[in-house]
Amino acid sequence: MPVDLAEIREIFFEESVENLNRMESNLLELEKGTVDSELINSIFRGAHSIKGGAGIFNFEEIIAFAHIMETLLDDMRHEKQVITPSVIDLLLRSVDALRMMLLAVKEESDYDVQEVQACQNELKNVLNVPTKKSDEKESLEEESDEKATSESSKSSESSELKEPATSDTSTTGWHIVFKPNLSMLKTGNDPINLFDELKRLGDLEVKVDISQIPTFSDLDVQACHLSWELILRADVKLAALEEIFDWVEDECELHITALEEFSSPQETESPLEKSEEFIIDKCEGAVNQIEQPIPHFKKETNREEISQLKTAPIEHKKKVHHQTEANSIRVSINKIDDLINMVGELVITQSMLEQFGDNFDSSRISQLRDGLSQLERNSRELQESVMRIRMLPISYSFNRFPRLVHDLSLQLSKKVELKLSGEHTELDKTVLEKMSDPLVHLVRNALDHGIETPVQRQAAGKSETGELRLHAFHQGGNIIIQISDDGAGFDLDKIRAKAIQQDLLNPDDHPSEEELYDLIFQPGFTTVEEVSNLSGRGVGMDVVRRNIRALGGTIHVESKQGEGSTFNVRLPLTLAILDGQLVRVGQEIYILSLLSIIESLRVQTKLVNSYGGSAEVYKLRDEYIPILRLYDLFDIIPSTTQLEQGILVIAEGEGQKIGLFVDELLSQQQIVIKSLESNYKKIQGIFGATILGNGSVALILDVAGLIQRFHHIDFQEN
Amino acid sequence: MSYKILICDDSAAIRQLVKLILTTYEYEVIEADDGLQGLALAKKHQFDLIITDVNMPNMDGLNLVRELRTLPKYQFTPILLMTTDPDSQTKKEAKSAGATGWIIKPFDPDKLIAAVRKVLR
Repeated sequence: MPVDLAEIREIFFEESVENLNRMESNLLELEKGTVDSELINSIFRGAHSIKGGAGIFNFEEIIAFAHIMETLLDDMRHEKQVITPSVIDLLLRSVDALRMMLLAVKEESDYDVQEVQACQNELKNVLNVPTKKSDEKESLEEESDEKATSESSKSSESSELKEPATSDTSTTGWHIVFKPNLSMLKTGNDPINLFDELKRLGDLEVKVDISQIPTFSDLDVQACHLSWELILRADVKLAALEEIFDWVEDECELHITALEEFSSPQETESPLEKSEEFIIDKCEGAVNQIEQPIPHFKKETNREEISQLKTAPIEHKKKVHHQTEANSIRVSINKIDDLINMVGELVITQSMLEQFGDNFDSSRISQLRDGLSQLERNSRELQESVMRIRMLPISYSFNRFPRLVHDLSLQLSKKVELKLSGEHTELDKTVLEKMSDPLVHLVRNALDHGIETPVQRQAAGKSETGELRLHAFHQGGNIIIQISDDGAGFDLDKIRAKAIQQDLLNPDDHPSEEELYDLIFQPGFTTVEEVSNLSGRGVGMDVVRRNIRALGGTIHVESKQGEGSTFNVRLPLTLAILDGQLVRVGQEIYILSLLSIIESLRVQTKLVNSYGGSAEVYKLRDEYIPILRLYDLFDIIPSTTQLEQGILVIAEGEGQKIGLFVDELLSQQQIVIKSLESNYKKIQGIFGATILGNGSVALILDVAGLIQRFHHIDFQEN
Repeated sequence: MSYKILICDDSAAIRQLVKLILTTYEYEVIEADDGLQGLALAKKHQFDLIITDVNMPNMDGLNLVRELRTLPKYQFTPILLMTTDPDSQTKKEAKSAGATGWIIKPFDPDKLIAAVRKVLR
């Protein structure tokens, strides 16, 4: 049997992170003033679990650290320790320290020992335990040593079992008087088992005392009316015997004396020899209710493997844990059941269609069509079920924000209330993971630049406490994440002035509000005079937008000076599939995301204006929309170059519109996206590729990229 | 027929470790992640031994032991508590709840097997 300690290691790290997250959010809850004993219990259990798990792998420093935390939390839950903001803060720091240690152990790297030590000392101070002034490492070791000796004193004794007793305790054997309480059997202890254990140590003589058995009418069959006198002839330590009786010491009268002390010099024979001798088997019936079969202990090799576990866990982990890292996903049983159900439906449809094949004639064509549409439905549902497996609730990402907001608001001396909603909205695991950093950035920005200090807020007639909202919801085939604050909002004049100063804008330009907001996402753009630790370096918003774009998403800002700002992040549900519109240009087929298409129209030539030689715009209602002839861009021969003979697809990307001139609109269908980047290289304006039903490859167009490319061409030509 | 053991712990790592060790010795192991689930499983199955953690959400180990001892079929069944604090207070509480004995965490495979053999012959 393969012994996979690496798997347990993975489980340990995974659940430790969960425990830390829970501890953190519970501590934040506690800070809000919610004093709930279950809350403290839950935090306690988190530390306790980590300590227990770390024990499996002998992660001594983690064990020691978690132990101190646990002790403090235990005091808190027993009301021996007052819960103050500073204690909560210390515990939050300790959670961080523990997280850092776990990560370091997981990745076999180093961690900030000083921070851990500082934290540990503070915890000890709170507990009024004197801290040691010795070297950090040493004191950590001492701590764990103390723990090891205090907690496993029994084990160290038992391990000495087989060793010969030292001179001071050397003995030829022991005399034991064992009188169980009447109720001892009710805790599941069986004297026979204890005698079996004793027998392993050496020769055992057993004498049973049946004098206490009452008359039949008074007999309680569930009570233990027997007592025993035992002689163990073995050179073992007293501790070994105490270990055996450890579980019953409070449920019996137990006298253990060394045989030498017991036997008087005159008495050379065994004290039991005079009395009637019983062997264990004879009294078994009296105490043993059901004779149970003995399990087989045949597999010597397996046992050896198991006992090697404790000595060689490191080797196992090194082999496997890198492979399994972050490649797993937890899926609820419901989702799997759905999937199995779908596959069942598919099999039924397939067998139905198979029947047609056996004897088909034209009269059954409508049935065939029904069958095919059922097949289509089945595969779509199957596809959706498979997609759902990759979906995770956004709470995975949102959950880190309470802590972030807590820390940042302390750092910035601002009062902020965080409101989360729509945490159960699910999105693709990859999208979720890649969105994590941009979201953190947006939240940091909102706290740093958006929400004002309490004084400023009061001066502006607002409540001292600012509000930061994170809201996620579905809209169409997309996920919208809104990050909104009720802070100062953007100062458009300031943005304009800064943009002119940084040569991003011409003083004569009169950009729209939307275009001004767009400047925020320009690399290096910042309106902040002083750079803080948190933000203001102008690095970030462009990266945020780039990351969101890379996921096929968009970001928009809405803001009102003095009232706050809202960032709307629109993301695709999944990266693997999109609803596409197929368009034809010459012999080539391209795909546009349906979500990016606003409308498609036949061109009326009178609405086309051209300026500067080649650039053309189309007047659509009140807007002028630049026309991009795709055949030009891709250098292919179209069916027509006459605008009125083709179709103009009005598409939007990053808030800008463009008219894409194509020969013909084809069907709409779901497109499985194949990355161009991983198979070829990144090309601006191309999102990826797909394989069509007929086996040919079609490129998927990225509207935002096309617009940028178009402007670039435009600029070069001018 | 092998002995059937219930392991009750909110830590999946500990459950997995206990299961790994015990199944190597051909015991049949069923897992529960808190006391409530453990109690429900105990009612459904007949276990020869129950090993439970003390600190668990929903129903802790001591309460689980008390509940189990009220069920006729678990009156004499060995129940072992896993604990990191083997002080006299803990032991007294464990005993008064009706526990057979305790396993001190962290434990190595030999210690676990020794404890199990002490109650399952």
